[in-house]
Amino acid sequence: MVSHYDLSRTFEIKGRDFSKAGYVSINIKEILRELGIDPVIVRRVAIASYEAEMNVVMYASKGEMALKLNPKVIQITLEDEGPGIENIDMAMQEGYTTATDEIREMGFGAGMGLPNIKKNADVFELKSTVGKGTSYNIVIYLNSKGNV
Amino acid sequence: MILRELVDLLEAEVICGEHHLDEEFECAGASDLMSDVLAFGESGIILLTGLANTQSIQTAEIIEAKAIVYVRGKKPNKEGISLAEKRNILILSTKFFMYKACGLLYGRGIVGVGNLK
Repeated sequence: MVSHYDLSRTFEIKGRDFSKAGYVSINIKEILRELGIDPVIVRRVAIASYEAEMNVVMYASKGEMALKLNPKVIQITLEDEGPGIENIDMAMQEGYTTATDEIREMGFGAGMGLPNIKKNADVFELKSTVGKGTSYNIVIYLNSKGNV
Repeated sequence: MILRELVDLLEAEVICGEHHLDEEFECAGASDLMSDVLAFGESGIILLTGLANTQSIQTAEIIEAKAIVYVRGKKPNKEGISLAEKRNILILSTKFFMYKACGLLYGRGIVGVGNLK
């Protein structure tokens, strides 16, 4: 039973730095695991944050991810500075992508990222301004079973 | 099947994480597309892939794969190996192509993602 924590941490993500891609999400995963949170929930948070982190690395110049945790909810927010998303409805469709060949060579850019965040989150809100950046709000309830 | 048997079956080289070799597994998935692995991978699977970059190791850690088997003799570079050691993941490399590696495992009763009882 998890009941006695309140936590807030922020992490910087550098765009185009593939060598460090994933470190923030694995850090978040380790924090949650050490707190003794249900492994199924930890895995869902890790997948959602990794997909979001990869989006910053692949498309944006930089981003700041925040982890907030209370006894009921895990919230991941991300603000990036980048090109933004022109059509969010299209971007949310499986298979839609604007990835470059370089991104595909890394094993990403299949148009699965945003739908996969939605699949793992209880609440997923995405806002974007073309030419400025994108913000993510990902909420996972500690007592939820999710959509997976 | 225990991982040591997988090493024999695939005539694989152990790159790192030898201390995991006596652990059991029953499910595997194969893809070069990490997006798909993230979307469909399950905890405890063996990940077979031809993508030997650091992202395959990070992805394996995120989905909690038990081991990575690189096919066609591929191996991660030094940076990848040190990352895998840090993440405590068993890394294997087989000379077999993806199709043969998967077929050998399937023939020995290792099921695919989504088929665990």
